[in-house]
Amino acid sequence: MSDVIFGRLRALLGTSGVERDADGLPRATPDTPDALSLVCRLAHEEGWKIRVEGHASWLSPDAPGDLAVSTRALDQVLSVGPADLVATVQAGTPMETLRRRLADEGMWLALDPPGRPERSLGSVVATATAGPLRHGFGPVRDHVLGCTVATGDGRLVKAGGRVVKNVAGYDLTKLQVGGFGGFGIIAEVHLRLRALPRADVTLLARGPRDTLSAAARDLVGAQLLPGALELLSPALGADADWVLAARFVGTDAAVQADVRRLGSVGELAWTPLPADRTAAFWGLVARGSLGGPITLRLGVLGGGIDDTLDIVAHDLDEGLVSAGAGVGMIRWTGDAPVERLRAVRRAAAAREIPMTLERAPWPVRRALGHFGAYREGVGQLVGRLRDTFDPGQCLSVALEGAE
Amino acid sequence: MTPDLIAALARIVGPRWVRHRRAELATYAMDGLPTRESYPGVVVMPGSAAEVREVVRLLHLTAVPFVARGAGTGLSGGAVADPDAVLIALTRMNRILAVDPVTRRATLQPGVINARLSEAAEAHGLHYVPDPSSQAACTVGGNVAENAGGPHCLKYGVTTNHVVELVVVLPDASVIRLGSPHGEPWGPDLVGLFVGSEGMFGIAVEITVRLEPLPPSVRTMLADFSTVRGASEAVSAIIAAGIVPAAMEMMDRACVAAVEASIYAAGYPTDAAAVLLIELDGQGDAVEAEGATVVSLLRQRGAREVRSATTPADRARLWQGRKKAFGAMGRIAPDLAVQDAVVPRSALPDIMDRIEEIRRRYGLTISNVFHAGDGNLHPNISFDRRDPDLAGRVHVACREIMAACVEAGGSITGEHGVGSDKIDYMPWIFDAETLGAMRAVRRAFDPAERANPGKVVPLHACREWRAAPGVA
Repeated sequence: MSDVIFGRLRALLGTSGVERDADGLPRATPDTPDALSLVCRLAHEEGWKIRVEGHASWLSPDAPGDLAVSTRALDQVLSVGPADLVATVQAGTPMETLRRRLADEGMWLALDPPGRPERSLGSVVATATAGPLRHGFGPVRDHVLGCTVATGDGRLVKAGGRVVKNVAGYDLTKLQVGGFGGFGIIAEVHLRLRALPRADVTLLARGPRDTLSAAARDLVGAQLLPGALELLSPALGADADWVLAARFVGTDAAVQADVRRLGSVGELAWTPLPADRTAAFWGLVARGSLGGPITLRLGVLGGGIDDTLDIVAHDLDEGLVSAGAGVGMIRWTGDAPVERLRAVRRAAAAREIPMTLERAPWPVRRALGHFGAYREGVGQLVGRLRDTFDPGQCLSVALEGAE
Repeated sequence: MTPDLIAALARIVGPRWVRHRRAELATYAMDGLPTRESYPGVVVMPGSAAEVREVVRLLHLTAVPFVARGAGTGLSGGAVADPDAVLIALTRMNRILAVDPVTRRATLQPGVINARLSEAAEAHGLHYVPDPSSQAACTVGGNVAENAGGPHCLKYGVTTNHVVELVVVLPDASVIRLGSPHGEPWGPDLVGLFVGSEGMFGIAVEITVRLEPLPPSVRTMLADFSTVRGASEAVSAIIAAGIVPAAMEMMDRACVAAVEASIYAAGYPTDAAAVLLIELDGQGDAVEAEGATVVSLLRQRGAREVRSATTPADRARLWQGRKKAFGAMGRIAPDLAVQDAVVPRSALPDIMDRIEEIRRRYGLTISNVFHAGDGNLHPNISFDRRDPDLAGRVHVACREIMAACVEAGGSITGEHGVGSDKIDYMPWIFDAETLGAMRAVRRAFDPAERANPGKVVPLHACREWRAAPGVA
């Protein structure tokens, strides 16, 4: 079977467009959206299951499939518009490659997702994994103006557009951002950019967890406008104590004004990070999320952070934990049996807190699902949408768990 | 509309909330788009989510199409119903259910007027950011349907960036709750998908939005330019400097003339080719420093004069002309075709030249007032629809302007929606496959396509997508 699929893919994509992964599974690496859609159409017609991959640096490439489809050859920055602050980028482009290219032209994508710098843009968009900058610049969806997606049956859908304001037609892009590939494989993304910030200053405060989270709430109440305000567990912050990290990004004037005010709100002692260590510090925080096989996020409102961190500490552990102190997003990385994760999801749901499984080995994803329990009626709707975008159920993606 | 159906609707909402006489229906025969008129079969005005559900259930069982409507201020013909459809007016559902200053969230019914929400939040030092020009009349439910914008969306985003949770009555009368107050969805981002669906996925009966703190310091500046190009270049220079103003609005000479000749006169220089209205907000010292940079950039790009205001009264005066520009244009002619298109910001100078060329060729009066920071144009054509020749020229000119914007890499609408007005333009920017995907997604919410039928997606231009199993 595997040889047949390999041969069919080679006939479709040529020798450079197909390879075998470490286990011998045929892996298609299309380098255009059209080629990607042809692979999906073939799989749909033949009833083959597709494992969706980027650079395999976030979700482990272990979903069951007859073939893997990787976006790694879709790695071109197709266009950048410094005057319009937009870019069109293929999904397999590593974030670091994109960052450098944009910086060369004075632009910046305000996303600092967890994981390694070589993580693909498509992975960040498909999993909607925003990092600490979500506080000041919004979740992943706010940076995506449109995208081209190959559906499970090989249709090519071009959602959204390349302009920063657009309400033409239904907003199909929103379904793809954070859809975990369940509604198609993202081939290209239109991004909203910012001018490269003139100033980028990070300050740290250390102390007991609840003291820091209370201080963070005071800062939000005092209308300080950091780009990031992140509470980091000792292991994640590589510190003896919990760390509250405030990152101010923008014009010199705005950053200086906020840094001055930071000292006057509350009692915390803030230490500025030397400028040459800022990138390394945040890079370490991002990579910290790979310190265990499972990463999950919980959405909470500001006041609920302490209680929810207690649940995490009690039911899981306090190892690699971060909390967006203003936007109320908690991220945990570690290892735990499925039953315990299920209990956390239940406990969170009882408090109206959604838990999303961001990354985990396939058996955990299959058992729990990225989203797990839906509210009443939502499951049927999601089912109809999945069936619309993947009628043959070719995409091996576990949005819901197998209870 | 059958007497049986009218009687059944009256049993749900009470007879005084059902309108079916021709004179009563006239109020609902148009929205803010002057070129489309259609009388609905009947208007029903539910007073609660439960009544909306009962009405929708009745229409589901009788297979009658329906159109949800807020204040009817929409500009794309989206809230107008055909005679075979029931128009569900949501204006009675105008209660703000909760304002929580700690979590900065408000929960409200769809008929709440946009400006009233900000008034209610103001006591807590908060406000609701999206501020369409019609904010004194338009409803938040309508804003959700259209994904409405407004001047202050440059920095803070449009409606979709501020809605976190929705309770929706689907066309089969089932009720679902989408999103969560935290903003983290329970599953795929169905709130994001629903916002801007123009009433074709269902009816939002409860809306939870994010409120933002009122900025501690605000500075409004008015700069006037002798060329539109100079003003456009100033906009790009400010953004390139890393400054994101809360708002950056442009008005051309015709618009300024209309404002200054009206009771809304704001003291704008009538000899300028364009004026820019720029608002900065944030901490006081940052606003001051960024303000100095903006003034210097404006002067470098040829601003003749820059006026600045920081007190609420002075700022209100600078804003008055912009906010009332559409009203002022009402003096020029009986009808106003308010257009809405988007171009990449860098294309602004060229597209303004194109619009001027089109205006001259068709002998029209066009006033431009627009959100320059995000390239969202509003070329407004004053006309009298009783003059068929003039109305014909307006139609053709609108079409040409839209084609020019699409050619420049833009979009056919930035904040007003497609409705019925722009449905013919949809194939200009979306291929048959993508239009088919839109239709298929709509059918996941509304298999029988009874919610606001005939809008947004031109069915003849869609490639066929299979309907989901178990679905008609």
